[in-house]
Amino acid sequence: MSRGLAPARPAVAGALASAYLSLVVLLPLAAVAARATDGGVGAFWHAVTAPEGRAAIELTVALAAIVVVINALAGTLIAWVLVRDEFPGKRLVNAIIDLPFALPTIVAGLTLLALYGPKGPLGVDVAFTRVGVGLALLFVTLPFVVRSVQPVLMELDREAEEAAASLGARPLTVFRRIVLPSLRPAIASGCGLAFARALGEFGSVVLLSGNIPFRTEVASVFVFGRVESDDVHAAAAVSVVLLAVSLALLLGIGLATSWRDRRVR
Amino acid sequence: MAIEVHGVTKRFGEFTALDEVSLAVADGSLTALLGPSGGGKSTLLRVIAGLEEPDAGEVRIAGRSMDGVPPQRRGVGLVFQHYAPFRHMTVRDNVAFGLRVRKRPRDEVRARVTELLELVHLSGLADRYPAQLSGGQRQRMALARALAVEPRVLLLDEPFGALDARVRRELRDWLRRLHDEMHVTTIFVTHDQEEAMELAEQIVVVNEGRVEQAGRPADLYERPANPFVMSFVGPVNRLGETWVRPHDVELMRDPREGSVEALVDRVVRLGFEVRVALTLADGTSLSAQVTRAEVEDLELEEGQIVHVRSHRSTVFAA
Repeated sequence: MSRGLAPARPAVAGALASAYLSLVVLLPLAAVAARATDGGVGAFWHAVTAPEGRAAIELTVALAAIVVVINALAGTLIAWVLVRDEFPGKRLVNAIIDLPFALPTIVAGLTLLALYGPKGPLGVDVAFTRVGVGLALLFVTLPFVVRSVQPVLMELDREAEEAAASLGARPLTVFRRIVLPSLRPAIASGCGLAFARALGEFGSVVLLSGNIPFRTEVASVFVFGRVESDDVHAAAAVSVVLLAVSLALLLGIGLATSWRDRRVR
Repeated sequence: MAIEVHGVTKRFGEFTALDEVSLAVADGSLTALLGPSGGGKSTLLRVIAGLEEPDAGEVRIAGRSMDGVPPQRRGVGLVFQHYAPFRHMTVRDNVAFGLRVRKRPRDEVRARVTELLELVHLSGLADRYPAQLSGGQRQRMALARALAVEPRVLLLDEPFGALDARVRRELRDWLRRLHDEMHVTTIFVTHDQEEAMELAEQIVVVNEGRVEQAGRPADLYERPANPFVMSFVGPVNRLGETWVRPHDVELMRDPREGSVEALVDRVVRLGFEVRVALTLADGTSLSAQVTRAEVEDLELEEGQIVHVRSHRSTVFAA
């Protein structure tokens, strides 16, 4: 039967897919949310606004935002170079981009600590500082924008750029007015994923940051610490905030992209 | 001369796309670059537009050398086979692009765009996005966009190549009328000899990176310079060293001076025109193009033996 299962039995496929999603994704999320609020909304709010937790959340969100902006620029530039330029070793560089994905994050953390720590070969010591945390986050979130922009850039209509040039647009204008609008959704979705990853990053940060409360302690490390000291309540509350921020961001990007697609595709 | 190309050579690695190509295009004329795909005609167009740098030779537009002049300052309008629309802009913004880049006053841009949209019959679709247009409409938008900046030269790369036959014909007629009104020097690339014959005042046949022949359509048809041009600008029979067009084959019931016998294989009636496939005694196949009336006079049927001779044939010096 070459007709395939999915088109013939959409109801079954749909039920299977939603059952799987519920089991693997929704159930744990619900459990965290339930745990966070089982002491009532007041207790939840109290946990979230307690100074240390609040500081951790603020630091995490602020650092994630900065890191995403930097990687949006750098990632787009790298994708551009990888697609448009020819240079020896291009394939190797292309493969290396995925390293932060492939590397276990704790290994990344260890590497960064060796490089930027007190005994680092560069003489740069950013261990236990916010800069160090930022560096770790830059490292682990680099591939997102590169990998989402690259395929779009490869598919881009070069003739539209040539037409724009013949109409008098200088290279920078061509990039800003013709190329960038086409890349924007890809950059946005890459940023969304990078931001979500930065919010939850643990392994690469935990060694380099030193986890100094109010200074370098990020949300995920705070959550871990609370669980260790048996304060599951505060841990769950902060987790729910992280979850809400990620979810809002991903939904926002999804909506923005589909709104644009309806006009342009 | 609006455009002069002198000895232009362009290589891509080992491949020679253009081999010392020269040509001249008169002011206000409509010229076709005709040839098989991969023959270099698009590369030639791109060299004129400044999108490719020639390895040798020179392009002059309106008497000025274009050496080192970027596409932005050549005063050429470009139209591509796949329209190259700015997808995120409305039709109006597409057409306005060149004027806005040139920082023309807002009122002037608006007036000019309105006028151009009328010219290409897209006034009602100004606020649509390219994705919401048909192929023919997109190509008209691309033309309006190119014309907006009043280019000295309009360069069209297979402009009708992606359109279906009916739209293609409509757009071809429309381009011809537009050219008669505006007299912008125009070069278009095509691999369709009928399109070139119908539209162009001058045809330049390009093959394997060289110009095979340039001239008026009738000259190319009547006096082809070589077998390639002969076979590219229209159907042709080859009988040894002799080349005969199907419409120069004469069919008769009885033998006459210079005629030979042939077997009728197939008779294909295309309205007024009838195509007859024949086989000569030595096994060579021959195609003839005759009128319906002739077929009726001859009572032509498949399997019948007829006598053939040619009114006119061409022999090329070896």
